[in-house]
Amino acid sequence: MAIEIPSIPLGDWIEGGLNWLTSEYSVVTRAISRVTQTGIDVLNDALMWLPEWGLLAIIVALCWWVANLRLGIGGALGLALIWNLGLWEPMIETLTLVVIATFVAVVIALPVGIAAALSERLYKTIMPILDFMQTMPAFVYLIPAIPFFGIGSVSAIFATVIFSMPPAIRFTTLGIRQVPVDLIEAADAYGATRSQKLFKVQLPLSLPTVMAGINQTIMLALSMVVIAAMIGADGLGSEVWRAIQRLRPGDGFEAGIAVVILAMLLDRVTQSLRKGRKS
Amino acid sequence: MNENRNVKIRVRNLSKVFGNQPKKALELRNQGLKRPDIFDKTGLTLGLSNIDFDVYEGELLVIMGLSGSGKSTLIRCLNRLIEPTEGEIVIDGENIPELSDKALLECRRRHFSMVFQNFALFPHRTVQQNAEFGLEIRGVEKEERTKVARHALHQVGLDGWEDAYPNQLSGGMQQRVGLARALANDSTVLLMDEAFSALDPLIRGDMQQELLELQHRMQKTTVFITHDLDEAINIADRIILLKDGEIVQIGTPEEILTKPADDYVKRFIEGVDMSRILTAEHAMRPVRATAREEDGPRTTLRKMHENGIDSIYVTSRDRKLQGLVEVDTLERAAKEGKDDIREIMTQDFRSVTPEEPLHNLFAMFSEKSFPIAVIDDQRRLLGVVVKGAVLDQLAQAAEPPALDEAGKDHESMAATGDA
Repeated sequence: MAIEIPSIPLGDWIEGGLNWLTSEYSVVTRAISRVTQTGIDVLNDALMWLPEWGLLAIIVALCWWVANLRLGIGGALGLALIWNLGLWEPMIETLTLVVIATFVAVVIALPVGIAAALSERLYKTIMPILDFMQTMPAFVYLIPAIPFFGIGSVSAIFATVIFSMPPAIRFTTLGIRQVPVDLIEAADAYGATRSQKLFKVQLPLSLPTVMAGINQTIMLALSMVVIAAMIGADGLGSEVWRAIQRLRPGDGFEAGIAVVILAMLLDRVTQSLRKGRKS
Repeated sequence: MNENRNVKIRVRNLSKVFGNQPKKALELRNQGLKRPDIFDKTGLTLGLSNIDFDVYEGELLVIMGLSGSGKSTLIRCLNRLIEPTEGEIVIDGENIPELSDKALLECRRRHFSMVFQNFALFPHRTVQQNAEFGLEIRGVEKEERTKVARHALHQVGLDGWEDAYPNQLSGGMQQRVGLARALANDSTVLLMDEAFSALDPLIRGDMQQELLELQHRMQKTTVFITHDLDEAINIADRIILLKDGEIVQIGTPEEILTKPADDYVKRFIEGVDMSRILTAEHAMRPVRATAREEDGPRTTLRKMHENGIDSIYVTSRDRKLQGLVEVDTLERAAKEGKDDIREIMTQDFRSVTPEEPLHNLFAMFSEKSFPIAVIDDQRRLLGVVVKGAVLDQLAQAAEPPALDEAGKDHESMAATGDA
């Protein structure tokens, strides 16, 4: 008695689309893959080339400089713990992935965010796409990443960029739109061109908001980079993953605590950068 | 007098409709409908309707009206921060509504500097960098613009504040920065949009005075928007009164006050403190008799007797004021046989210039009952003001009985002033 409604083959369509993209644009994906992998290797090697205490000193000095001595001491203790737990190398791998993913995400997000702030039509097109990107369960991005870029860190970067980009775009748009109209009017009244308005008024005034967006992006990138261990990304995530597979909660928590320390350090440093700019 | 001056901006037939399909609103307007009816019928707001006026080179023109009268729209149409719907705005031969985007930028840079009600300073720039803004936009060299901006800041009395940020300054100082930003730009026209309205009354008065001085010194063509009639009267060369997007009256402050065009203007000016607007010249009477300094006491006494006065001003041959003698001292001198009134005349009287506001004269009367002498800059006696005349004048001004009568009165005042 039930009426048979054929189910829509949505999944098949998406798969067909992805397959088509993979085969048609393999040249592009391979090029991206090569460039990204090189970037990861160079940065990772550079960070690993430094002795542990050297990098630790640099990070602590950075914390002290952008924020205060307290953050410097806290950072030193946290990093020393990671070193002591023998998680230094995975931590560096995770940091590398976060830095590169954030860099790519911000490089894409800033112009898109600016354009969306200046064009109402683009704004209306982009906002639902951002909603989609942010609410889609993060794991799902991992699946198409593999046929595009294969198993490994490049796929992790791809999924991370998509997942972590929306806040940077949103905050950039918001920041520019929040610039008081009377300041825009003042710039117009003195005959500023669109680009003069953007670079002399809108961008400088939206900088604190943009920085808040970048901070969000870094946090999301870190969480995604850890999850991306499932598709073979190196780093703290793969330590956690291994602990799950071997049912060793102790190892899992050790790696988890290292992630928390890294997250807090990244967060505090970028927050301080934002506030520092303001005053 | 105005006919001889150069027109800097000519505004003709300027209208602005807010909303889509503005033509519909203009058609209804042409059928004689007013703003509220047009809004009821179409949902469109007739912001400005058929505005005609000239701005003369070097004058300070005040556009005044209550909120919603269209004054902010009008000033923004001049530099096209708001696009006019129809009409022409010609500045130095260029019709602004017809300019291309690029030409418009150029026109704004060359001709217009604007000062805003809420200052609109850039919070991320120092005072100096704010003052430099217009020059920076125009691509002026760093060295040159630093120099010019510094000079502008000096003119508004902000030496030493160059490196402060706007949020470190008081409201009055912030608006000085706004003014410096406009002055540094050295545009041909200064647009001031309720520039002093956000300031507290004392600072506001100071700023008005300073603007007047600057304007006087630089002869900068200025269009000043305000909702405050006292402010308008205080600073304007001419006033344009707007109501519901239309011009109700254009005239000098005195014309607006003494010959209000209609009931709306009359109601508008009721709140004005007339004693600040009317001057000694308005209450001045011709001198009935003066003594000459060569006159003897007896001649002088006789003059006074004939005119029924008990004190008399003494002038030299070229009508310069020398002093005052009273009837008692004269009589005493006559008895004692003195024959030079210069010896017995007193300097214990008050003299003012014709421009002295009436409200300053009240205090002078409370001391002595002598008429106040009105003198010109060479101390020539122009006339006298007696206490009753001041009160008369204020009473008349407070409730102008009828238009034509007020007009007549104004002419007679002018005649007295010339004498």
